[in-house]
Amino acid sequence: MHIKPSLSRKIFMACNYTFLIALGLLCVLPMVHILALSFSSKGPATAGMVGLWPVDFTLSSYEYVLTKPQFLKAMWITVQRVVLGTSISMLLTLLIAYPLSKEAKDFAFRTQYAWFFVFTTLFSGGLIPRYMTIRDTGLIDTLWALVIPGAVAVFNVILLLNFFRGLPKELEEASFIDGGGYMTSLWRIYAPLSLPAMATVTLFTVVGQWNEWFDGLLLMNTPEKYPLSSYLQTVIVQENLTKVTADQAAMLAEVSNRTFKAAQIFIGALPILCVYPFLQRFFVKGIVMGSVKE
Amino acid sequence: MLAKKFRRQWPLHLMILPGVILVLIYSYWPMVGIAMAFQKFTPFKGLFGSKWIGLDNFHYVFALPETGQIIWNTIFISIMKIGAGLIAPITISLLLNELRNELIKRGVQTLIYLPHFLSWVILGGILIDILSPTNGIVNQVLGWFGVEPIFFLGSNKWFPYTLVMSDIWKEFGFSTIVYLAALSSINPSLYEAATVDGASRWKQTIHITLPGMMPIVILMATLSLGNVLNAGFDQVFNLYSPQVYQSGDVLDTFIYRIGMQNAQYGVGTAVGFFKSIVSLVFITTSYALASKFANYRIF
Repeated sequence: MHIKPSLSRKIFMACNYTFLIALGLLCVLPMVHILALSFSSKGPATAGMVGLWPVDFTLSSYEYVLTKPQFLKAMWITVQRVVLGTSISMLLTLLIAYPLSKEAKDFAFRTQYAWFFVFTTLFSGGLIPRYMTIRDTGLIDTLWALVIPGAVAVFNVILLLNFFRGLPKELEEASFIDGGGYMTSLWRIYAPLSLPAMATVTLFTVVGQWNEWFDGLLLMNTPEKYPLSSYLQTVIVQENLTKVTADQAAMLAEVSNRTFKAAQIFIGALPILCVYPFLQRFFVKGIVMGSVKE
Repeated sequence: MLAKKFRRQWPLHLMILPGVILVLIYSYWPMVGIAMAFQKFTPFKGLFGSKWIGLDNFHYVFALPETGQIIWNTIFISIMKIGAGLIAPITISLLLNELRNELIKRGVQTLIYLPHFLSWVILGGILIDILSPTNGIVNQVLGWFGVEPIFFLGSNKWFPYTLVMSDIWKEFGFSTIVYLAALSSINPSLYEAATVDGASRWKQTIHITLPGMMPIVILMATLSLGNVLNAGFDQVFNLYSPQVYQSGDVLDTFIYRIGMQNAQYGVGTAVGFFKSIVSLVFITTSYALASKFANYRIF
């Protein structure tokens, strides 16, 4: 049955399309403007003549940013933390989610273990006790400070354990009969079968590791050890730095220029923009999946 | 019996052990460290050597003139964020649900989900640039309509609303996902029946779509109660400056400044403890409500 839409419906639909498209553009136009700024010359940029297209096109901002030793060092630290942080976190997440996906009768103290992890999402010691703990375990100023303290992500554990619970038990039972243990079952059955869920969690972890800026600021005593996002935080956002030497201050004054900032913002966002198409394919499914429970 | 059970299950306990140890060290040991809140803590004396001073840190911090304002700012900003963070995505998902052109619908979704994945460092950098009163593009556009330049990030009148608006800009799209999922699970035969009965699209929205969405709306609303003291550290820290402390300083930024930058560890821990306790009460209440009214379980 098809009813011809009324006039008011047509007007509503026209407005609706226009509004939503405008809203969508509003979400990315600021980014486009920053991109245009980063490719423009200093003059037009400071004079506020750049809209959504570069004025007086130049690559000099990128040349300057990409040849700065500290920028490259920070980038390298970020690459290391993303690789290390993601693999350690994923391994731990799997190793926690699998036992927790068992029934209490098959895994003694399962409920106690689960509460042990969930409680950390309800209550925390707060910033300063956490800092002191990380300091006391000797991680300050090392790469491990960015990787180890946050390695257990309870949200990811819950997402993965709910996915595990949706898989048929018979597969595992068959493997037990063939003499396989829990380890075989995890690596040969559960891990391969949950690749879509793991891809979601992995991508989220990668994005989280790339974006995380505060731990670098908090746990590194010298700016030379900052990962990229902490470094960007200091050059893009922070106005008065307390931790820099006179040398660095001179350099920062030089780069605290609109086009340089724009170039650095864009480089900071670029990897996210690159993985975004893959992310989008997974996260809708992932979120719905994580919230579906028996 | 128990020994036999353990012999079979030990690999499971072994698997979970590394995670348990890490969480013990980095989540539970800091809870012990809350003891600092009752000490005149000095790092070189440590938790066991520092002097115990009872509630002095709490007395000190609640006697500070700015503390009341900071608590008020935190609650004001977070409540506005919670409210707008419910209304905006619900409205947008209803509007998106009306679109029949799949390509445009998918395109809009792709664009509005994006800001969620960028960090507040990046978005802060963007906002500082586009909201600048001298050459920012937003004020230029407003200028076309004869509006005087507004110092969004520098005036106490505007700052809290700038925080709320920019937070919505970042998160509304991503939050539509759950609502769209709820909308797509409404049985289409309900709409067919309503059409046969002559109900207009508007009537259908009121009587089918909204009731169909209600459970998830109630769930999201209750769960968001737990955030009453979370005004968003990442965002505030990247956007504020001393001239807007009066309207924009929140508990988390205050803890960082007083505890880490001024090295008043005991005082910072005391404020953090206050926040954690109040949040715990709110979160447990919200979970209890959610499990009662929406059948929600954490795991």
